[in-house]
Amino acid sequence: MARAVTPRRKALTTALAWAIGFLIFFPILWTILTSFKTEAEAIASPPKFLFFDWTLENYGVVQDRSNYMRFLWNSVIIAGGSTLLGILVAVPAAWSMAFVPSRRTKDILMWMLSTKMLPAVGVLYPIYLIFIKLGLLDTRIGLIVVLMLINLPIIVWMLYTYFREIPGEILEAARMDGASLRDEILYVLTPMAVPGIASTILLNFILAWNEAFWTLNLTAANAGPLTAFIASYSSPEGLFFAKLSAASTMAIAPILILGWFSQKQLVRGLTFGAVK
Amino acid sequence: MATRHSRSAARLMMAPAVILLLGWMLVPLTMTLWFSFREFLPLRGGDMGWVGFDNYARFVTSSAFWPSIQTTLLIVGGVLLITVVLGVLLALLLDQPMWGQGVVRILVIAPFFVMPTVSALVWKNMFMDPVNGLFAHLWKAFGATPVEWLSQASMFSIILIVAWQWLPFATLILLTAIQSLDSEQLEAAEMDGAPALKRFWFIILPHLGRAITVVILIQTIFLLSVFAEIFVTTQGSFGTRTLTYLIFQRVLESQNVGLGSAGGVYAIILANIVAIFLMRIVGKNLDR
Repeated sequence: MARAVTPRRKALTTALAWAIGFLIFFPILWTILTSFKTEAEAIASPPKFLFFDWTLENYGVVQDRSNYMRFLWNSVIIAGGSTLLGILVAVPAAWSMAFVPSRRTKDILMWMLSTKMLPAVGVLYPIYLIFIKLGLLDTRIGLIVVLMLINLPIIVWMLYTYFREIPGEILEAARMDGASLRDEILYVLTPMAVPGIASTILLNFILAWNEAFWTLNLTAANAGPLTAFIASYSSPEGLFFAKLSAASTMAIAPILILGWFSQKQLVRGLTFGAVK
Repeated sequence: MATRHSRSAARLMMAPAVILLLGWMLVPLTMTLWFSFREFLPLRGGDMGWVGFDNYARFVTSSAFWPSIQTTLLIVGGVLLITVVLGVLLALLLDQPMWGQGVVRILVIAPFFVMPTVSALVWKNMFMDPVNGLFAHLWKAFGATPVEWLSQASMFSIILIVAWQWLPFATLILLTAIQSLDSEQLEAAEMDGAPALKRFWFIILPHLGRAITVVILIQTIFLLSVFAEIFVTTQGSFGTRTLTYLIFQRVLESQNVGLGSAGGVYAIILANIVAIFLMRIVGKNLDR
């Protein structure tokens, strides 16, 4: 947007925006900084911001004491598995709703959205009971399935809004040229749909990674992902600020980086296409 | 354009998603409904039969119920107020020409990507700890007595933590909406001499109306079920027991499944009231 402003005003806006941005980001920055301090320096009074002896020892301690790698691996498997499974189920559904819409398409989409509104706590015990009966409690596969189901509406919706932007004429042209349904999907649709699918994967990976109701209630020592790992620092270990910070930094770093790539998709995905 | 062949293929392709979601919705929901009419204590006698609406009556008349509704509404209302007001202001600011806009945007959005257990613990220990927390240092620096945030100002603290997590979401969506505003209209108003406040009130705010509604509805759905932030901070004590947390305690901590399930049904009804409004807006958008 090219609105003419005086340099003075631009400088003022810049200063104000940076100050507010810094303030909002500060808790994360502080956590990252503290993770490089010794425990004594982490609680030093007055607090030390940059001038302390930088150390990596906390990261080693966290890994040794709580086997960080296993929780990380659980997070990767659970978030990744649920996302991929969701995509496998959702792509055909979204494809058919976008390109072969029927009178009921809108109702089905709205109904799918409504399942997302179901408060998790309302079905906590049934899921818990089913998990016990099927031996799924504290297993990765159980969580993969549950997280896939809770995110499936968002995946279908996101894919649907992306697919709908692909012009239908192209498909008709391919059909005229004698392309089969399989060719159509494989050679015409897929290349055009890849960016949308990639964004959907990204956002849902983030959502699954950060999910903290089912992951806390359905896991223990075995299948716990990073959300549970951090919750175990609740007390009294949480009072060791440097180690808490190291653990926290390791838990959020991958997602912060992925998240920065997905800003735009975030709006579309979380508003179900109502704001673009 | 669709042939019979492609219609049935389409139905087949939709089937897995529809069946899975149908199962996910119906099976647990039916079980919750069933349990809610029974005296069911898994650790103390198991399923002891049909009790009609007893659980529903007991859940509502228990001394914890109304405080939990009040807490829930306070958290939802407080967070909505903070995030929408600050979100609009921040979005307006970020829309202005400035240096390093991309970086500021990243800084502002970052909290949204922090997992709830991390943000709750970082705030609880590193900022709100009455001895070593940063706030305690700050208070001491000004000669004041440090506040025990999570017990003395527990609701304020929880609202602060949750608002910090959701402010980026509101800002991002409102910013997207502002950027879709036709700038010529604003320039015309500016040339006609309309002051900034009037331009905001009569042009920008009406344009944002829909986005604000969407933000409010979506956040409400998520805020009604805030869990981890309470689980790792106060565990529901000091007046922070929300409806969600109360049900969680009834079901998993005291293992009173019948009572908890009745509570669950109330929570579902509450969420659905909000959902109906959200679905109307989203549905309208589909017709365009």
